[in-house]
Formats: sequence, C-alpha cells, structure tokens
Amino acid sequence: MRVSLFITCLADQFYAEAGVAAVRLLRALGVEVDFPPGQTCCGQPAYNAGYLPEARAVARHTLEVFRESEYVVLPSGSCTSMVHHYPELFAGHTPYREAVALKERTFELSQFLVRVLGVTRLGEGLKGVRVAYHHGCHALRELGIREEPLLLLQNAGAELVPWEAAEECCGFGGLFSVKLPEVSLSMADRKLETLEAEVLTSTDAGCLLHLSGRLEDRGQKVRVAPLATLLWEAYARA
Amino acid sequence: MRARDYPKEAARLLKERPQVKEAVGGATRHFDQNRQRAYREVDAEALREWARRVKDHLLTHLDLYLEKAEAALKRNGVQVHWARDKEEARRVLAHLVREKGVRRAVKGKSMLSEELEVNPLLEGLGVEVFETDLGEYILQLLGQPPSHIVGPAIHLSLGEIRRLFHARFQTPLDAPPEELAQVARRTLREAFLSADLGISGANFLVAETGTIALMENEGNIRLSTSLPRVHVALVGIEKLLPHLEDLAHFLSLTARAATGQRLSTYVSLIQGPARPGEEGPQEVHVVLVDNGRTALLADPEAWETLRCLRCGACLNACPVYRQTGGHPYGYVYSGPIGAVLDPGLLGLEEAHPLPYASTLCGACLEACPVKIPIPRLLLTWRHRAVEEGLGPGWERAAMRAFAEVMTRPGLYRVFSKGLRGLLALPGGEGLLENRDLPLIRAWTQGRSGLRPSPRPFHELWEEA
Ligand code: SF4
Repeated sequence: MRVSLFITCLADQFYAEAGVAAVRLLRALGVEVDFPPGQTCCGQPAYNAGYLPEARAVARHTLEVFRESEYVVLPSGSCTSMVHHYPELFAGHTPYREAVALKERTFELSQFLVRVLGVTRLGEGLKGVRVAYHHGCHALRELGIREEPLLLLQNAGAELVPWEAAEECCGFGGLFSVKLPEVSLSMADRKLETLEAEVLTSTDAGCLLHLSGRLEDRGQKVRVAPLATLLWEAYARA
Repeated sequence: MRARDYPKEAARLLKERPQVKEAVGGATRHFDQNRQRAYREVDAEALREWARRVKDHLLTHLDLYLEKAEAALKRNGVQVHWARDKEEARRVLAHLVREKGVRRAVKGKSMLSEELEVNPLLEGLGVEVFETDLGEYILQLLGQPPSHIVGPAIHLSLGEIRRLFHARFQTPLDAPPEELAQVARRTLREAFLSADLGISGANFLVAETGTIALMENEGNIRLSTSLPRVHVALVGIEKLLPHLEDLAHFLSLTARAATGQRLSTYVSLIQGPARPGEEGPQEVHVVLVDNGRTALLADPEAWETLRCLRCGACLNACPVYRQTGGHPYGYVYSGPIGAVLDPGLLGLEEAHPLPYASTLCGACLEACPVKIPIPRLLLTWRHRAVEEGLGPGWERAAMRAFAEVMTRPGLYRVFSKGLRGLLALPGGEGLLENRDLPLIRAWTQGRSGLRPSPRPFHELWEEA
C-alpha cells in the first residue's frame, strides 16, 4: 500500500514536525509513503472567502499533483474536507471525474489509520498524559470524524479529559480570524476558559495555531501538539 | 444599526457589553441541548428529510397553494389581503385601523411584523400598541428590537430586567422572575380586555383548510387572537403547508427544534371569525406578504432559504451568534438564517458582511429541522459579494497572489525560503509581530506572534 502525504500549507509552514511524525508513523505501520513535490495548498482559503476561480486554480493544481497517488493522507481535517468539496467546486467543469476520484481516496490521518488500515492501537506512549482533543468543525461535521482520534488517543494510554466545549468551534475559521478578530477571540476564550489539560491536540493546524496563540496571550500553560505528533509519540515512546 | 455595520457593531458589543455574551451563551446552549435531546427521542433524520420535502414541494408549487389558501380562507369567512412589499402591507394595516376605528392593539410575537415595522406605523396612527409576549413586552419598554427569533430578550440578564421593572413598576430589586411576570401580566390583562385589534403572525397556514396555526408557551397569542373584535394575521407567503395532515408533524418538529419541547404549551388553530353564538373576533384578516420572497424563490441557488420555519435552532447552535446575540446583525433576522436570508431580502450591498459572520462550522445545518444548507448558502453569498466587488481591496489582491503562489510550487518554495530569510535578518524576528501591517495586527492583537517552524516540512521530508 502506498500513501501520498499531503502536508498542506499551514502545517508545512507552522507544524512541520507533524509531517515528520505522520511519515514515520505510517512507515512504522508498514505503509510506503511518498511526498509529491509539487504540492502546495488545498485551496481552502480562496474557496471559503468566495473566490471560486482562484480556488479552482489551486484545486486543479492539486488534482494534477496527486493524479497518480493510491491514497492521499492529510494530517488536517479541514484540508481533507476541502478536497472532499472538489466535486462541488468542479460541478459542470472538466476535471469533475478526477475530483470525485481524488475525493474517494483522500483521508485525514486518524480516519485513514482507523477506517482504512484498521489500526486502533499504536502503543501506549501517552500513558497518563492528560489530553484534551479539540474537534475541528470540518473533521467533525463534514467528514464525520468523531471517534477515530479519541479511540487512538485512549488506546495510547492518554487520559482524555472531559471538556464541555470540545465540539464547539474555536473561532479560527481562516480569514474569519482576521476579518472578525474580536468575535474570533471571544470564541477562543470560551474554549480556553473551559479547558483543563496538559496537552491540547487537534487534527487541524489552523485551529491549533489560533488556540496556541490565544493560550500564550492569556498566559495559560498548556502544551499544544498536532494529533499526528501525539500519535507518533504513542508509538515511538511505547 | 445596519447590516453593513456588523463587524463594527459586533466588536463594539463585545467590548462594551460583555454581559450579553454570558446571557446569550447560557440560554442558547441550554436550548441547543434540549433540541439535541428532543431530536434523539425520534427518528429526527427521517422527520427532517420528510419536512424538507414537504416544504420543497410547497415552494415549487407555491402559486397553486396560495390560490388554494385564499379560497379556503374565504370559505372560512376570513378576509384576505395581498401585499407585494412592506409599503403595501402597511397600507392594508393602516386602512384597517382607520376603517375599524382601532385605538388599542395587542400583538403576539411576529418577526414579520418587525420586518414591516408595524409598531411605529400603528403608533403614528394614534394607536396604543402592546407587545404581549413577555420578552417582547420587556423590549418594548426598553425600546429595543428582538435579539432572537424565539427568545427576543435572550440578551438580557435577570438583573437588567429586575432593574427595568424596579424603575417602571417599583418592584423590589431582588424580585423573583415570577413576580416580574405577574406585574407584566397585570398590565397586559387590562390591554387584552380593552384592545380592539389583535395582531399575530402565523407559524403555519394550511392551504387545504385555511387553518392558521400559532405556537407559543405563554398563552398571550391565544388571548391576542381571541379577545379583540378584529384579528389580523400577518403571514409570509412561504409559511404555507399543503395539507392538514402535515400540520401535526410540523408543529411537533418545530417545537423540538426551537425549545426541545414535544409540542409548544399552546397551539391555536384559527379557522375564521366567531360564528353566531360563539365568542371571539368578529373579523379575521390575513395579510399574505411577499416582501422579497418571490424574488428569493426565483433565485436558483438561494431559494431553499424559504423553507425556514423560524424556529431559531440555528441561532442556538451558532458559536458566532452566541458571542453577541442578534443586535449587531442589524436586521430582524440574525444568526445563521439571518446571514443567508438578509442578503436575499435587503440586497447584498446592504447585507454583504453577514455571510462572513460564520466560520462555516456546520452546527446550523445539523440543527435545522428542514435541512437548509446554510454553510453552502453562506459560500454562495460570499461568492456573489466577491463578484460584485463588495469585498475589501486587500482581500482581492491577496487571493490573486495566493492563487499565483499556490499553483507554482517553485514560487511557493521561494516564498517559504524568503519568509525565513527575512525572519533571520537582524530585527527580522519581529516581522510577524509588526502591528503596522493590518492583517498581522488583526492576528496578533490577542494572539501571540506567529512562529513558523524553523524549516518547513518540504525541506525536512528527505530526512523524515
Ligand atoms: S434556518 Fe432552519 S434552524 Fe434556522 S430558524 Fe430556519 S428552520 Fe430554524
């Protein structure tokens, strides 16, 4: 089985270690991993802001880059969800069929581990660590990823802390975070006021960037780590 | 307040009235949890899908059902008026007020009456108007518009209401809510008994039978529509249901979505004026109001908005609405449904910031009893705003540059190197904290500076 890693721009720039972790983890599970070098971004910023020609241009590029891939795996829920929007984006346009085909072989990392590989136990490297999992909205509501990350973390020995705001939006929302910064921060505060954990994790780089920035500003000491990083630790530290 | 000022007004409210967030957040989470529980008690998915289809059927044959409704209403002895827009609706009302010699009016909660600005109209005609929904009554005393479709005073804390009643009615500052309600009830009872006109909206109007259905929990709507000699129901043309047998399910689904109840405490079914020997209004009028709805129906992408039952479930589920309540949206309809309905009713020029008042989290769609694809509609309106050049100039430039860079991997890598190069220059580490750059300022005010990984992943890949 061969997997192409699609790191996507935000993780490439801000959470490079999550990419390294994803590659090592997949290889450790016996998967062959490649990294199509032309890859950049899924096109989500333009799509969500209403710039459809720009979104299509970037999506077309991505379709081209992953044309030969058997599976495409992303350590990011909202970017995976964006790829899943490609058929909609190209409805009535030429690469529609390619868009449907790419959607069908594209997965978020934890989703891929559990649903495709059937792996739920990586090792108990997170024993006793008090982890809060933030459900990124697109992973949760568009892709239906709810149990997969929780199962993987739990089986890794992590203590999943109860968090009443776990499924509420953190207020990142891409451009939303800078177009309506006061509302965005107010939403982050709701998440963080109810958070009590050693480690905060999520499968969305955008949410983590926003929440970690806010945590630091509030002087709240919580380690922020992408899900891929924690899952690799679960394996490597076991 | 205007819809176009949403960003400014939302920021101002968060700064100046932080207590609103607490009141709205608490109430909406409570309603939303109740809704979730009420959905779990039934096969909500099947019910919602069925309701969606009934509404779609109705909307695709609206002309036919409107004619049916008119005929059935007339059979029932109801007088039917058509109003193309706000002005026509107001003319109908003004005419009725003069013809019937109306001096006092009692109103049941109606968002359409807000849309038509009925209160100022009536007051201008010398009519004394009483809002009889407790929340609406409080807002009338304060001179504020509703902040929520179902819970109009959701943004007020108990303390604020106590202070209001203390100033107005000399109730003690620690009066229990029941006592406040009693005081309001006393004033309103007097109004009910002396009013000549009762105004209501309608949750549903059954085309087949001409039945006007009204849902409430306080009983004030029942009194408003049965005590005065004239009852006027303001009905948006999308409020129709084809058949009487649809009604029971819609009443229950709406109650579940709105408050988590299986049925609202009161359901009034109005089938015309009082018959000889019966008590009740001598005249019942229905004003069928378009006011932008047929235009929206003709919109190939946005017509589904008209399925809306005005249950407020999407507001309760919305994390953006929860921060401020409805006022900053600047129009009658706020929250997710407002963000996609207001551009249709007011035009994009006026309402273009509203579709951006969302992170596209999808909670509204999960809550909506008729499955209005609000996230998709938000994108549609955003796209149109961009096409019409309503977005900020920097955004257009940024998106062009974004597409240029992201379709050219070489350029992307140069950009990535360049960024790190700049950050490595003496004094460069402050680049991403520079508050003179507007976008960076918007990010860093409230969030610590951006720190890219020392090397991007695409440079680490070989070593992974
Ligand atoms: S859009 Fe749906 S959830 Fe929102 S008020 Fe209308 S019917 Fe209710």
